[in-house]
Amino acid sequence: MSKIYESYLELPSPIIEEIKKLVIKYKLSDSDLKEVLNRTKKAYENKLIEPGEAIGIVTAESFGEPSTQMVLRTFHFAGVSEMNITVGLPRLIEIFDARKEPSTPIMEIYLQKKYSESPTRVKEIAEKIKGNTLQDLASEFLLNIMDSHVEIKLSRNKMQELNINSKQMSDIVQNALKTVIVQQDRDSLIIKSTAKDTKLSDLYKLKEKCKEIHICGLKGITQVLPMKEGDEFVIYTAGSNLKEALEIEEVDAKRVKTNNLFEMANILGIEAARQTIINESIKVIKEQGLSIDIRHIMFLADAMTKSGVIKGVTRSGITKEKESVLAKASFETPIPHLVNASLVGERDSLNSVIENVMLNQPVPLGTGLPGLMAKMKDTKK
Amino acid sequence: MEHIYKKIDAIIFGVFSPQMIKKQAAAKIVTPELYDKEGYPVDGGLMDVRMGVIDPGLRCKTCGGKLKECMGHFGFIEFARPIMHIKYVDTIYDFLRSTCKECSRILADEEKIKQQEELLESIKKEGRTMQLRKVVDEFISSLKNIKKCPYCKAKQGTVKLEKPITFLEDDRKMSPIEIRTRFEKLNDHDIELIGLNPAYAKPEWMVLTMLPVPPVTVRPSITLESGERSEDDLTHKLGDIVRINQRLFENINAGAPEVIVEDLWDLLQYHVITYFDNEIAQIPPARHRGGQPLKTLTDRIKSKQGRFRYNLAGKRVNYAARTVISPDPKIKLNEVGIPLAVAMDLTVPETVNEWNLEKLKSLIKNGSKVYPGANYVLRPNGTKKQITDETKQQLIDELEIGFIIERHLREGDISIFNRQPSLHRMSIMCHKIRILPGNSFRLNPSVCSPYNADFDGDEMNLHIPQTEEAIAEAEMLMQVQHNLITPKNGQNVVGCIEDATSGNYLLTKEIEFTKEEAIQILISIGVYKPDQFKKFKSKVTGREVFSVLLPDDFDFIGKSLDGKEVIVKKGNLIEGVIDKATIGESNGSLIRSLFAIYSEDVGIQILGEIFRLGIAALLKRGFTTSIADTDLNKNVKDQVEEIISEAEKRAKRYINQYENKELTLLHGMTEKETVEIRIMESLNEARNSVGKLIAKISNEENPTIIMANSGAKGKTLNLAQMAACVGQQVVHGKRVEKGYRKRVLSMFEENNIEPEAHGWIRGGFKSGLKPYEFFMHALTGRDALMDTALRTPKSGYLYRRLVNALQDLRVEYDGTVRDSNSNIVQFKYGEDGIDVSKSEAGTINVEKIVKEVVKL
Repeated sequence: MSKIYESYLELPSPIIEEIKKLVIKYKLSDSDLKEVLNRTKKAYENKLIEPGEAIGIVTAESFGEPSTQMVLRTFHFAGVSEMNITVGLPRLIEIFDARKEPSTPIMEIYLQKKYSESPTRVKEIAEKIKGNTLQDLASEFLLNIMDSHVEIKLSRNKMQELNINSKQMSDIVQNALKTVIVQQDRDSLIIKSTAKDTKLSDLYKLKEKCKEIHICGLKGITQVLPMKEGDEFVIYTAGSNLKEALEIEEVDAKRVKTNNLFEMANILGIEAARQTIINESIKVIKEQGLSIDIRHIMFLADAMTKSGVIKGVTRSGITKEKESVLAKASFETPIPHLVNASLVGERDSLNSVIENVMLNQPVPLGTGLPGLMAKMKDTKK
Repeated sequence: MEHIYKKIDAIIFGVFSPQMIKKQAAAKIVTPELYDKEGYPVDGGLMDVRMGVIDPGLRCKTCGGKLKECMGHFGFIEFARPIMHIKYVDTIYDFLRSTCKECSRILADEEKIKQQEELLESIKKEGRTMQLRKVVDEFISSLKNIKKCPYCKAKQGTVKLEKPITFLEDDRKMSPIEIRTRFEKLNDHDIELIGLNPAYAKPEWMVLTMLPVPPVTVRPSITLESGERSEDDLTHKLGDIVRINQRLFENINAGAPEVIVEDLWDLLQYHVITYFDNEIAQIPPARHRGGQPLKTLTDRIKSKQGRFRYNLAGKRVNYAARTVISPDPKIKLNEVGIPLAVAMDLTVPETVNEWNLEKLKSLIKNGSKVYPGANYVLRPNGTKKQITDETKQQLIDELEIGFIIERHLREGDISIFNRQPSLHRMSIMCHKIRILPGNSFRLNPSVCSPYNADFDGDEMNLHIPQTEEAIAEAEMLMQVQHNLITPKNGQNVVGCIEDATSGNYLLTKEIEFTKEEAIQILISIGVYKPDQFKKFKSKVTGREVFSVLLPDDFDFIGKSLDGKEVIVKKGNLIEGVIDKATIGESNGSLIRSLFAIYSEDVGIQILGEIFRLGIAALLKRGFTTSIADTDLNKNVKDQVEEIISEAEKRAKRYINQYENKELTLLHGMTEKETVEIRIMESLNEARNSVGKLIAKISNEENPTIIMANSGAKGKTLNLAQMAACVGQQVVHGKRVEKGYRKRVLSMFEENNIEPEAHGWIRGGFKSGLKPYEFFMHALTGRDALMDTALRTPKSGYLYRRLVNALQDLRVEYDGTVRDSNSNIVQFKYGEDGIDVSKSEAGTINVEKIVKEVVKL
């Protein structure tokens, strides 16, 4: 059986897989299978892309045309008010720009099988993941002007919930702030600056700084939301901290995702970042009710990641990589490009499209690509 | 005929040396005066005729060419004192910091030089100019702290750049003369280490001693109606430069005090800077008398209106026409109807040969004012002659093989048709010419969707390709039938729309004709198949009529919109109703099947016939939509009323709970948010169930419902909105909240959160909206309008960036995708090499193949 497939190796594997399934469904005989394969091969060969096709422009058009139909809004996520997610055109622009931080970072944290089914257990883990700052654990911040110190009243309930005592808290705060002395007084922390003269404005700044001190959980994660997906619970988070999330024991590290491209690239590598670009783009497109073939999305992701680092579709990203001076100059900021080119005596060999458009010459794409060489008879004779 | 080939192989960029400026110049400019008393350009002035001519009648003194023959020649200005070039200040700074003040050697010991040499060598090998800058910058900053020249042991000062152009060495101002003399002593090897190519750019050239003066043709003056001349901004600026430069010369020669010379020098420097760029920080822009800034060289190059984007990347063309479009379902999909006036203005070049000689002679005889005629004759020596009544006879007499005649358009000529915005490649397609009466372009309504056109005043452009290559390419690759399937997702962009869809729907669903009627309809749409007509019985069903259009051996199984099977066997529609799912846009499975089995040409022919049949059938049956469509009987009205009041009651209950603080909160939400969500839920559900109710009870004969069911236009929800309930108005994803403090309109009480105070419209459009309801409805409309207005530029910019980043990528002969420098992006396009525009919605339908094989 498998021998039959061997002579059809040029067919893409998904198609072979589909045929294998259909063989069972329709109970095909070997000769029928051969016929199917032959026809599929013929169909495949007919559908192959032609050399010279300006596939870059086709891809750009495929994104550009539907992008005019997208909406310009952020939506609430599953009804949780603080948890917005950017969708539609702004999100697409964000992905293609390769911004260092998405405007709404989100992680999808999958848990290992044994933890992911009981809601209470999941909730516990979620609480563990949520990042807490001193502000979350304090009930009150007081400025004591007389003694010029900051007094922080801690919330007992919250501390119990997170299983942390005031001694530990005091240590954490002491570690975070180097130039202060932290005293613990029952349920409150008294923070005193070591500097001699403490102005009121300094005290106020100190108070604000205290609020931001990270106490427990994952740093940067402001919201957690366990959601049932199929028969397991998935924790969605606002804010992203992939590195620390992977280190949590209960987490199924193989499936944890973030929408931050650079975090993906730094921790899981460029291939993961490429896949993230694809997944995130598909998400936006699907959600808007549009359809763009996956080949275009993969192609763009490949173009953005081919150098090993994520390059945005901007003048400092993909366009900057171009060889041709005129191509770069025709996009944005032409003058610096021309000046720099003049310094090194740069040679523009007119290999790409836009330069040839400028010079009224055939463009090296499609029908302009093939060159024809012929021996001419000497016309002078 | 001129052949197309590459003329320019490469362009090299560099900096002009003073020698080159002088060498390429045709004139030295010494006086700011432009014209003498007679209005003739002054010798040595900025409009010197040696630099080209802009007046008809004058001849260029350099090349003897007249206006338009002479492209113009450069001149030059010699500065009395050197002037800094503003665009190269950073490079000058780099050199000042990294070279010795005494001996002009680079401030690096031999070891360091060797390192840098190796680095530069490796960069050169890899051809990565991007990294060059970085390496050089690092090298320069590594020299920052060397205080003693390793060669002449001279102590080095610290050079600071005081923006924009003043250099301070140990807080002493450096004069451009000083800088230039320092640079003159630099040796070429050291220049290379700083990343410059000394053959094309030497630092001393960046301190200008000469300034090239662009040809007159680059800065033409405009003669106003009053006869007064208005000079170009560049001429003004150059005039300033020449004037100050001459004054500087005079003062230096007369031995004027250094203060005066310095002042003039600074002024000259200012003028030269603002000649190059008017937007340098800290430098006041040079202005016209009126106050608007002068247009400088930089302004000419940059931004959308600059040389690159306005003139080089986009060009104006001849042989084009533009006018309003209007529909004509009777012409073919790949045709365009053009007015006679256009046909007589646009031309196709036709080379005279022995077979068409007589024909072309008759065209010339008709001249340019009689159709079909010709407008111009091109002789083989390149001269172009207009055909007029006077020249006609002479041209006919001298006409020989090898001449080219620019003849009027005739039916069947190739044209390229386009509508902006050209968002995808189907925005510009090839149509064959039909000459029709009237003054608008006519196109088949089916091809509206690829162009995204409608007929509310849209205009479109038409181009006539002028070379055989272009004509062949347009005809073979760009015609409508070759662009039926979009490469975006593999769906068809051309299909039946609106009346054609509902017509075919009714035809295949219920219409019955007499034999005579059926034949008449078919003939009226241009279908003449006597064999099939003979088979007709006295009563002919719509399906039989429809089947006449299909090829005899056509088999097809598909689904209609309602999910029922549509079966065609041997060219006969035996089951199912034709609707949008089979013949419409985006996924008309039946027409897709026709394209695939028969050729695209046959497919588009049949599609055109189906389209016309739909309209003819609808015309025969009669079809209208009226307010009566929205009439509901008493029973239904009561049911609607019940649904709505039930929902309102539910909303009220939530409001009560909210006010009494009894509301069970939704996860992670406040009370206010919960109640909002709950109210929205109840009201939306009400509208949806009203919609369902209307869809359920509505009469199949109701024209609005017919349109909705066939997929021609609208949904049943639209009928529900008209007949029963418009529903909740949403602004920014929420109920209406904007307006006065704590209320939307002053007529409501503060903090009233009841449905009608926040955009709930309980009635239908027919029963009319209350004033406040109308207001809320208008708000939604405005919100949508605003969204579109904000989105268009954003998506436009994204699109431009995408195109710019990806435009060079192409599929190579080996199946890889590469950029213009042969760097591989993908090893196989899309991982399987399938062209989306040839695929069936992105895949190969293997199941269909299997089914075909099994049937064998």
